[in-house]
Amino acid sequence: MRRCGFVHLLGSVLLIGFVSSVSCEAALTGHESNHSEHEHGSSLSGIPIVTFKWHHVETPYLVALFILVSFLAKLVIEANHHVTNIIPESALLICFGFILGGIIWGADKVQTFTLTPTVFFFYLLPQVILDAGYSMPNKLFFSNMGAILVYAVIGTCWNAASLGLSLWGCHMGGAMGDLDIGLLQYLLFGSLIAAVDPVAVIAVFEQVHVNEVLFIMVFGESLLNDGVTVVLFNVFDAFVSLGGAKINAVEIIKGIISFFVVAFGGSLVGFVFGLLISLLTRCTKNIQIIEPGFVFVLGYLAYLTAEMLSLSAILSIVFCGMCCQKYINANMDENSVNTVRYAMKVFANGSETIIFVFLGISAIDKTLWVWNTGFILLTLLFVIVYRFIGVFFLTWILNKFRLVPLEVIDQVIMSYGGLRGAVAYGLAMMLDENKIKEKNLMVCTTLIVVYFTVIIQGITMKPLVTWLKVRRAAVSELTLIEKVQNKVFDHMLVAIEDISGQIGHNYMRDKWNYFEEKWMSKVLMKPSARKNRDRLFKVFHQLNLKDAMSYVAEGERRGSLEFIRNDHAYIDFKKKFDDDYYEEVMPDIMADMSDDHGEMSSGRRDPVPSVSLEMHEQNMKAVRDSEDVNTHHLLQQHLYRGRKQHRHRYSRSHFDVNKDEGEVQEVFQRTMRSRLESFKSAKMGVAPPKSLSKHPKKEQQQKLVHLKSKDFIESFLFCLLDFEFSEGDSASGFNPSYNSMPMRVTYRAGAGIENLGFMPDLDSGPSVQLPRWLEDSSSVVPSQRAQVQLPWTPSSLRRLAPLRTSTRSTDSFMMADAPPNAQQIDLPPPPSPPASPPPPPPPHHHHM
Amino acid sequence: MGSSSSNMDHIPDAQHLMQETGFSAAHLVRLYERFDFLDKDDRGELRLDDFEAVSELAMNPIGDRIIRAFFSPGRETVDFPSFVRILAHFRPTDTNRTRNGRNGAQPEPANSRTNKLKFAFQLYDQDRDGKISREELLQVLRAMLEMQVTEEQLQSIAERAIQEADLDLDDTISFDEFKKSLEKVDIEHKMSIRFLE
Repeated sequence: MRRCGFVHLLGSVLLIGFVSSVSCEAALTGHESNHSEHEHGSSLSGIPIVTFKWHHVETPYLVALFILVSFLAKLVIEANHHVTNIIPESALLICFGFILGGIIWGADKVQTFTLTPTVFFFYLLPQVILDAGYSMPNKLFFSNMGAILVYAVIGTCWNAASLGLSLWGCHMGGAMGDLDIGLLQYLLFGSLIAAVDPVAVIAVFEQVHVNEVLFIMVFGESLLNDGVTVVLFNVFDAFVSLGGAKINAVEIIKGIISFFVVAFGGSLVGFVFGLLISLLTRCTKNIQIIEPGFVFVLGYLAYLTAEMLSLSAILSIVFCGMCCQKYINANMDENSVNTVRYAMKVFANGSETIIFVFLGISAIDKTLWVWNTGFILLTLLFVIVYRFIGVFFLTWILNKFRLVPLEVIDQVIMSYGGLRGAVAYGLAMMLDENKIKEKNLMVCTTLIVVYFTVIIQGITMKPLVTWLKVRRAAVSELTLIEKVQNKVFDHMLVAIEDISGQIGHNYMRDKWNYFEEKWMSKVLMKPSARKNRDRLFKVFHQLNLKDAMSYVAEGERRGSLEFIRNDHAYIDFKKKFDDDYYEEVMPDIMADMSDDHGEMSSGRRDPVPSVSLEMHEQNMKAVRDSEDVNTHHLLQQHLYRGRKQHRHRYSRSHFDVNKDEGEVQEVFQRTMRSRLESFKSAKMGVAPPKSLSKHPKKEQQQKLVHLKSKDFIESFLFCLLDFEFSEGDSASGFNPSYNSMPMRVTYRAGAGIENLGFMPDLDSGPSVQLPRWLEDSSSVVPSQRAQVQLPWTPSSLRRLAPLRTSTRSTDSFMMADAPPNAQQIDLPPPPSPPASPPPPPPPHHHHM
Repeated sequence: MGSSSSNMDHIPDAQHLMQETGFSAAHLVRLYERFDFLDKDDRGELRLDDFEAVSELAMNPIGDRIIRAFFSPGRETVDFPSFVRILAHFRPTDTNRTRNGRNGAQPEPANSRTNKLKFAFQLYDQDRDGKISREELLQVLRAMLEMQVTEEQLQSIAERAIQEADLDLDDTISFDEFKKSLEKVDIEHKMSIRFLE
């Protein structure tokens, strides 16, 4: 692990070096090379076979390289779980950005890579937010909508106003020295830094699995406050340009109205696009391949449209995702749904990574750093203090109306989770330097606030959550009874509200559900999809899938799915399944899953699904893992896992190595079957042994057959012995094999009799090694005797030994040799050529 | 509050009810108004058809079960105190009251977790034998899922649900098993509504 991490590190460092040198070269020698190349090109007469056209690909190349480097950084960071357990990934990525920025700075002396608002708002942010909206737990969100809105709107306004005013107050008091910032500019600054950042919040809260209500509060707030931020920012920006004198009541009222327009307009645009996606996916049956593309393109268009209309783009894309999730998941093909989910995560996670790396890089820019201790420290202080005050005050009011009040601990986490992030930085970068003289100071302060909240608060969040004993998200097993009960609860609450005459939350939800069912689903969902979307049934289906998986896993454990064909084994399995299911089978599977998960999906770091964002992903996980299991299973089948382990069994010193009876049994059965198969096919190809040694060729064949039959019988017997020795008292797990095997043996033995008839020709005399019971129907060997009376002598086995081909037979031979009492058995009487009806196989009695 | 106290006089045994159920006076007044409204012929008691007059309940798949839960066994009518007592199950659990206000002598309030669950349990357990049989579970499922799922699927869902909860393998769910199966569910939250004052 460590070595691997080191290699990665080395690789990425090399890459960084490469990027920076390339970019440096490009920056420095750009013009000259361009020139020379041009001249060169004109003087060239022939067709150049290879040309080096760096400028041709420069920009996309650098972008791609940058992305690659960021991803590699993530790879390295995620390679050490004990580091990410302490320091959140976002913080590490920022630190990586510092290093990368330092290298670039060292090479270029200018910061060529900075996060520009255009890049951030147009290319990096939308997918993160779309993913947030698409995987939003709608029910949870809407049932806490009121509180979220209060925090998002009032809380953000409060943060902005209090911060701006306090800073201005401090400025007036002379705490910051000589700064050219007016009240309006302070308020503008306050408004850009007031908003809790969705990207940062997701990144940090994903790793601390707080309870879902707490999570949705912070997360929902961070998404919805964008409307407020945009409006406040635009309004104050306009006010700054207008100048203090021209601001009158009309302008202020216009500002307030614009808030509603921006927020609701944005949501509406998103809603419309969401419906559009839903409608489109209704009729994309014939173009399933690009079906997922619609989601992304229309989502992006929702964002851009809102931006174009100067509405809240974030709100737009959030609502777009939230609206369409239900319908597209029902409408689209399952593969497409998975594609959307996965691609969404890839994009979101990718750009999240890039954003944090960018945030780090941006710090390394000399021109940016304008230090003003008073301004920076006071901002930091006020940001935190007012966040606490705001949250506590608003919660105090909200708790009067809440069914389940938010506890003080929750409030602390909510306040502490008020992380600022790239949105604030992007907005700060958008400030107009001509209007705001101290832009750089503001950007610099914003960066410091971002670093402080993401790194310091991010790191301390987990210990704080643990220390305060915040209620964590319950990682609950999906159970049907719970689902049924939840549904009953829903209906019950509605009924009680009806009876007691309250028009409460449940009443509204019921009405909405009714409306949704009756109209929206009808229009937006495929009729076929509408049928099987009952939640309860879905859970049932999922549980069945899970069962099937563990069924397969259990079968794999045993070697194959033999128990499907075998009643006894099935019962046994079922019993075992019931007993061990949770303790034994599941943890294994879960461990496998989580391993796979951690490595394969860069998105989810923990096996424990975090509260809400990943709820949908669990489904995905189930599906994916079932696929994994399938492949795995296939592989296992062909790799014949049991064999090696099985061999241990023959070693006396490791007698107990293989305790898995099921597997042993399965290996045994499978070997037997394949042998029988080859035996049968060989026999089919041979003429009946009438013309005995007339044709040497035939005889050879017959010999072969004979050997095979011997081999088979011997191995069969051997297996019996094996069972005798090690598992003579083994429980029900064995019976099935005994029940099924003898049946085949009977048949085979009967079929083989004709062949056995010419055995004396080959192995003449009394040494013919046929087990007694196969020739003599009357001599049924009782189990006790069978344990001591080994059916053949070692000497004959030795004679057979060189002829054997399969390793297994050799094993069995050796083993057969091993028991000391084998030597003392009186030899069975020379077998008379077998008479007609196949004898009932004695092994039947062994364990019966 | 002042205006409501004037109405308190109509309510029989108001003080005692308040203490027992934890509803405030304002709650009680409001509930009494509702009770009065439902009680069409002013007999001070609700009958089955009074409940059925609530039109929304007709659409509720388990509405009839909820209604029946209001009637104690053998009774045809519901008077105001028992009406309130049933509704008290749905009061949100207020932590300080349950923690401080309860001394050993007092019975557990109706809105405790166990009592909430008991109420839910009784919705299934129609024959009140303390066990949810497969048939009883099936009935509830049938009511809630009717159109969308076939009978075989219903059967297997019921089968599975019972298997999940059934610890002593008697093919029924006892209250303890029921309680255990819902251990992780936030009952306090899911079985509470906010009563308006």
